[in-house]
This record gives sequence, C-alpha cells and structure tokens, in this order.
Amino acid sequence: MKYMLLIHGSGDGCTPQEWMDYDKSVREAGIFVSGESLAEQALATSVTIGESGERVVTDGPYAEAREVLGGFYVIDVPDLDAATDWAARCPGARDGGSMVVRPVVEYA
Amino acid sequence: MPGDIRASVEAIFREERGRLLAALVRRFGDLDMAEEVTSEAIEAALLRWPIDGVPASPGAWLMTTARRRAVDRLRRDKAYAARLALLQVEADRAAPAAPEADGGLPDERLRLFFTCAHPALPEADRGALTLRYLAGLTTVEVARAYLVPVETMAKRLVRAKKKISGARIPFRVPEPHELPSRLPGVLQAIYSIFTEGYAASAGPDLVRHDLAEEALRLGRILRRLLPAEREVAGLLALMLLTHARRDARTGPDGGLILLEDQDRSQWDRVMIDEGEPLVVTALTGGPPGPYGVQAAIAALHSTAADVTSTDWPQIVLLYDVLRSLTPSPVVDLNRAVAVAMRDGEEAGLALLDGLAGEPQLRGLHVYPAARAELLRRLGRFPEAAEAFREALGLAGSDPERLHLRQRLSEVEGH
Amino acid sequence: MKYMLLIYTGGNTGDAGDFQAWMEYDKSVKEAGVYVSGESLTDPADTTTVKVTGGERIVTDGPFAEGRELLGGYYVIDVPDKATALEWAARCPGSWEGGAVSVRPCDTY
Repeated sequence: MKYMLLIHGSGDGCTPQEWMDYDKSVREAGIFVSGESLAEQALATSVTIGESGERVVTDGPYAEAREVLGGFYVIDVPDLDAATDWAARCPGARDGGSMVVRPVVEYA
Repeated sequence: MPGDIRASVEAIFREERGRLLAALVRRFGDLDMAEEVTSEAIEAALLRWPIDGVPASPGAWLMTTARRRAVDRLRRDKAYAARLALLQVEADRAAPAAPEADGGLPDERLRLFFTCAHPALPEADRGALTLRYLAGLTTVEVARAYLVPVETMAKRLVRAKKKISGARIPFRVPEPHELPSRLPGVLQAIYSIFTEGYAASAGPDLVRHDLAEEALRLGRILRRLLPAEREVAGLLALMLLTHARRDARTGPDGGLILLEDQDRSQWDRVMIDEGEPLVVTALTGGPPGPYGVQAAIAALHSTAADVTSTDWPQIVLLYDVLRSLTPSPVVDLNRAVAVAMRDGEEAGLALLDGLAGEPQLRGLHVYPAARAELLRRLGRFPEAAEAFREALGLAGSDPERLHLRQRLSEVEGH
Repeated sequence: MKYMLLIYTGGNTGDAGDFQAWMEYDKSVKEAGVYVSGESLTDPADTTTVKVTGGERIVTDGPFAEGRELLGGYYVIDVPDKATALEWAARCPGSWEGGAVSVRPCDTY
C-alpha cells in the first residue's frame, strides 16, 4: 500500500545531516517510491482555468489550501501503522511541524 | 421464532459475535465482509438450531458457516478475492500469522480492540466502534446508548469503517514497546463507554446500567486477553468498585445520594470482592498507572464502614499520585474535597477557591456543587445557596438536579 | 528543473466524465518524457496526521490544521523552465472547473 507523507513544517530545527540520514534510511528500507523537497513557498505559482476557459495564473500557493508544504515522500509499506511510523521518524514531524499521511489511489 | 426468544438468543450470541468477527477479520482482512458473514452465520444459526439442536461447539459451528459464506462470496467476485489476497499477503508481511492455538479458535479480539481504539480514528467514535464490534451491539443499540439518532450513529460507524479500510488501519496487536502509547487508547475507549453509562449529561436516569455493564464485560474480556497488563486490572477494578455502589446512589425519589450519605449495606459485595484483588494486582510489580490509582481510591471507600472511618489521609496521598500521573483541574477538585474531609472544610474550600477560573472546570456543575456542599457544612448558608443555584444552572441529569434542589431548599430554610 | 504540480480538487478526483480527460493527461505527461512521479490520493477523510513533540508521537485523525484537506494528487515533472511547467499545469484537468494546480519548484541538491 502506498502512502504519501506530506511534510508540513519548516524542519528548521533539524540539521541537514538529520534529513540526509532520514532520506538514506527510507531508501535503504526498500520502501521509497518517490519524494521531493520543495523550494521556498514564495516561489509557488497557481493556475486555474476560469469559466470561459481563460487561464488564471496567480503568484503564490493556492490560497484556500493554506499550504505550508515543504516536501513529500511516497512510500510503499504494509499498513497505516508502518506509514505513521516512518512519518514520526521524519525530521519534519518535529519542532512544531506535522506530517500528513494520505493513502495513494492504487489502480489495479 | 417469536421476537423475545430471538432477542435472548441474540444476546447469547453477543460475545460470540465479537470473537467470530475478530477471527474473520484476521482471516480475510476486511471488516465489512467479516461483519456481513458473521451476521449471516448468526441468522443461519437462528434458523437451524431450533430444528437441529444447538451444536456441541456453537462457536466452531458459527465459524465454519461464516467461513463458508466468505469463500462463496470470494468465488463469486474474483476481483474482490484478488484484492483480499493482496491484503492478506501484506498483512502477513507486517505481522506473520501465529500458529493457531491447539484445537480451539484462536481469540483474535485483542487485535480488534486496538483497531477500534486506533489513534487515527476520531476519539469520539472509538467507544462506539468498540461497542459495535467487540461488545456485539447492533447499530441501533449503539445509537441508543449514545442517545443519538440511529442514522447519525450509522453514518459515524460507516465513516470510521471507511477510514479503517481506506487508510488501511491494521488489525494487529502493537509490539510490547508500543503498548505504553497504544494501550491507554483502548482503556480510554472502554472507560468512555462506562462513563457514558454514568453520564450526567442528559436523561432521566443517573446510570444507564446496561451501558456500564457492557463496559464491565469488555473490561473482563480485555483482562483475559492481557492478564499481565496492570492498568487493565486497574480499569476493571475501578469500574467494578464504582458500579458496586449503583443501587445506593439514588434515593427512593430518584435523587442523587452523595457518597457520605449512602447506605453502604446496599453496595454490591460480589462486585467489590471481584474488584479488590484487582486493585492489588494493579498496584504491585511496578509504578502505578492512573486507573490503578483511581481504583485504589475507590477501594478505600469500599473497605470503610462509614465516611468518618474512611482513610482520608491515604486518599489525599493517592490524589497526589494521580495528579502527578494525569494532571487536571478535575483531579485537583476531587483532591480538594478529600482534603476537606481530612483537614476540615475551610482547608478544602481554600483549595477550591484556588481553582476558580480554571477553563476546564468552567461550565461543569461539579465545581459550584462541591463549593456549595462545603459552604453548607460550614453553615455559610447564603453563600451555599448561591453556589447551589449556580450548580443547578449547569447540572444536566434529573437525579443530580433533584439532589441540588433539595440541598438548596435546605440551606434557604436556614 | 523539476516542478511539483499540486492538484487541489478537494479530493474530488473527478466524476466518470472527467476520467477520460485524466487518462489522456496522464498519457501525455508520460509520452512527453517530462514525468518524474505522480500519484492521486484517496478520500481526504482517510487522512492521518503525525507530530512529534518532546520525543512523544501524536497520531490524530484528519488534516494538520483546521479546514479541509484539499490536495487530490500531484505530478512531479522535469521541464526546462517555469513557463513550461505552467503550461502543463493549465493542461491538467485538476485546474479546471473550480480546481487549481499549484506549481512549485523542487529543491535540487
């Protein structure tokens, strides 16, 4: 079962070494599917298609989402307990950050 | 079969239902299907047993029947079968199946306890799920227990079930190192059922005995499944020693009777005798947990002949321990009342005054009610009357309101 | 340069009518050779949040803040520049009919 771990939080309290160690452990555990670390929030741009088909491009993240996403992992683990376990080990879960764990749609 | 006989047979099936459901969930990894085939097997039993007689091993009969139905279903729906097979492979990857205990059905209910009380489920639904799947109550019964419309409860259960399957909350017993963080959730789910039974929030009855008794039954099952966990013993002891006082808690007029005024000969000695050794278990062999400490406080009441011979110094000490384990203004309030018994009303009142303005006590009738009682004993009747009025403005259940009204008219008469 | 396209559909991955559009979009992203990864997420009600405070792990039901979980899925694409990334965002069915796609550059190490 694949889960997306959304990293909400700065992770500022953690050293780059802690992030690298975490990344290494995810890959070595054989559960890594994909993952990215996002550049700063200010570089976000949002796109929506208006009613008459016009393209509306706005600076910044999608307002309604109040997004503070810093990055994500997609991992393949047996169940939610394993997924939350990996989420809790991520430096992004510390120092006021949160990890949001969401199941990924599996197409048979 | 006439309705009442059917109902009594269903009651016999209740415990069997939880056991069967848990075994099927373990086998097929799917709560929905386990639920359906469990119901079908029980339906079949209700039809067959009156004709063929009750089989020698009813549990095994039900299990065989339910498994057969499940296999039929899988034969009809290949895609579903493939999905379940995959689930099973992954479940085994997470927690390899233990070999079945010799002969009898393995008891898989412990897994289900942990699933129903999983932290990824809404806290408000964990008690309801436990009642539905472990105690074997119907959705209608669970709705009645929580005094909500059936449709509301059905929606909550469906949503929770959807999360269990959608997010794949596992059916597994946590590892020993995870137990300290996971067991309190299971205990809380059971205790929430018990306190719901005692909920003074609404309704004409102070105690909904059926619900408190379901919680006791669940506590006993959990105690059998986790005999080495002292807090399980503590929870069961606390519920037993509290419930032992049920008949003495209300007077003939239906009003609440405070602990100090209760006729202790009405306390249920059988329940006390079951609870007291459990308190000893809960408190020996390691540091005590919050349920064990609360059970110890309850035990000091049940061993005392009356309120004056109660060991109040010991009770205050136990509240100190409880406060260090689970700090809360409600614990402080109870401690203040015990201090009043040990050192006099003035001392208790001073502690209570220190709790004024605690956000967690705001809106709870217990705070003004406790103050009012101490003021009454001190003979400060006008202040007591004011506090009783304040409590009356907040108290929910009829027996409590009746008690507070009686006290109010008493102090107003002075 | 890698960009993440965050698809905000409030978890509505579209009704049956949209399905074809999604299939086509997915196919075009993959055939264009820009696809890095991508997933669609299940019902937002399946969300769980994990926090670690003082070494203690707190698992709760639901999204991390008040409010709805709106993310329906994502793509990570590798394209030469932001304009191309925005182009792919606009072609994504997630930006249609009240939805929005947010484009964020990925960090490169």
